[in-house]
Amino acid sequence: MERLEFIAQRTLKGIVVLLGIVVLNFLLIRLAPGDPAAVMAGEAGASDELFLQQLRQQFGLDRPLLEQLWAYVANILSFDFGFSYRQQRPVVDLLAERLPPTLLLTGTAFVLSLAAGVTLGVMAARRAGRWSDSAITVVALFFYATPLFWVGLMGVLLFSVTLGWLPAFGMGSVGVKLGGVERVIDVGRHLVLPALTLTLFHMAVYARMTRASMLEVRDQDFVRTARAKGVGEGEILRRHVLRNAILPVVTIAGMKAGYLLGGSIVVETVFAWPGIGRLAYEAVLQRDYNVLLGVFLVTSALVIAVNLATDVIYSLVDPRIELGA
Amino acid sequence: MAALRDFWRRYRRNKGAVVGLVVLASILLVAAFGPVIYPGNPWDMAGAPFQSPFGAENPLGTDTLGRDVATGIVHGARVSLLIGFVATLAAVGVGICVGAVAGYFGGRVDDLIMRLTEFFQTIPSFVFAVVLVAIFTPGIGSIVTAIAVVSWPAVARLVRGEFLTLRTREFVQASVVLGRSARHIIFVEILPNAISPIIVSASLMVATAILVESSLSFLGLGDPNMMSWGYMIGASRSVVRLAWWTSFFPGLAIVLTVLALNLVGEGLSDALNPRLSREGR
Repeated sequence: MERLEFIAQRTLKGIVVLLGIVVLNFLLIRLAPGDPAAVMAGEAGASDELFLQQLRQQFGLDRPLLEQLWAYVANILSFDFGFSYRQQRPVVDLLAERLPPTLLLTGTAFVLSLAAGVTLGVMAARRAGRWSDSAITVVALFFYATPLFWVGLMGVLLFSVTLGWLPAFGMGSVGVKLGGVERVIDVGRHLVLPALTLTLFHMAVYARMTRASMLEVRDQDFVRTARAKGVGEGEILRRHVLRNAILPVVTIAGMKAGYLLGGSIVVETVFAWPGIGRLAYEAVLQRDYNVLLGVFLVTSALVIAVNLATDVIYSLVDPRIELGA
Repeated sequence: MAALRDFWRRYRRNKGAVVGLVVLASILLVAAFGPVIYPGNPWDMAGAPFQSPFGAENPLGTDTLGRDVATGIVHGARVSLLIGFVATLAAVGVGICVGAVAGYFGGRVDDLIMRLTEFFQTIPSFVFAVVLVAIFTPGIGSIVTAIAVVSWPAVARLVRGEFLTLRTREFVQASVVLGRSARHIIFVEILPNAISPIIVSASLMVATAILVESSLSFLGLGDPNMMSWGYMIGASRSVVRLAWWTSFFPGLAIVLTVLALNLVGEGLSDALNPRLSREGR
């Protein structure tokens, strides 16, 4: 019962935050320089007076501010994110079409970076102070300081141009019809470079965090007690240190979901990956603000969902968590 | 003086931090005096397009429009550092004020401010920065504002935590008894005692700000009047197959700068919080 209450509470909080972001979107449109109808229409649509009239009508832009806000929220809640004049399609359709590739990319990168980062962090912590620890630390520091677009471009140079191993852009080979397994392999080959680009930076983050967390837990009393009881070093590491050290890393990983989505704007731009990141880039180029704000809303909603999922899984896994908090 | 010497002794123990400091100092020198060595306008044609690097005329080659890559990097250093430092300063300023008020007054005020901070931390920060810069038209001002807007919550949380513990200390209670104003206690009594972790996180924040700025410029959201490293890479990414140097060298400049700042930040952390300094390094 307590758990259900906890989940309900967190869900409610997520909904409130999401509503806050809708209001923020509205404020952004109002605060932007120029006629809000022109902002919504985007640069391409701003010259079409009929379209502007229609927008003013739909969003009540000639009425008081609070009524405008209400109209805006009502439209968003009925999944009407507006119309992209430039692409001549409703924004919702564009988002729905572009979301799956982004989820594939960021999901892959999330799993890979967490797995690789934790492994490297554990290795470094076990050999703290020795050369292999230093090597891992240097690699992590390097990728932590490297902009995603540069890693991506250098990856293209090395693996596509020089070695010719992997495709440099897109999500599938153009002009070939592939079915079943072959298609999966084709998409997989296209996924390697963008996913690795997104992985390396976050891998560095998780490796550094895991190492620090392991070293902290290693010195705690319960570890000393286990050692005093005669538990073997390998088991101490697995059962006592790692289990406790990994919890904060996973929490942070859940909280950092937004960074993966932000990074996907850059990575999808480099690799012409047809997701919402690339959509955001196109919207920036074309000053298509409705689409851009739609991407902002969807990515925010995803982050809220991931945070909620982390909270819930946590309450199930870790008995120490305070449900009331 | 003794405190400073003590600080330097502890800082020096972290070899990486010393290397970082040397690299950072060199980059600052380049930013300050580089335009004297490369007086040319970075936007001007300085040779034929696509000149390979290591030539006599253009040591790092030229780009699609024949602009000199080395000149661009030298001028870009100013933009990156300027935006990195100013945005951090703004974020730290806002973060200190918000966090101090929340931590000092506690209760309802703290609740309200923390909810707001959480809200801003939930929003995917880079996407938000892109939206802000795009809507308020790209320029130094909007870029600095956007980076500050997405960066202040972390400082606020940090400062709040420090204030929550410090405000219960005796010296603070003594000031309260003496009838000092809240403003005096916050800025004169408590803040100086909370400054070390703020300095550490600020130095790391400059690094992040530079990465964000370069990503924004890469996407075409840089200041159109200022040559920046991200812009150079974004403008020549379509010709990366033909002219690797047009992307490689500006990227290297970003990596070196950010790496140096991160190393300095870790060194500061070791030197300012000796109790927290990690072992095994």
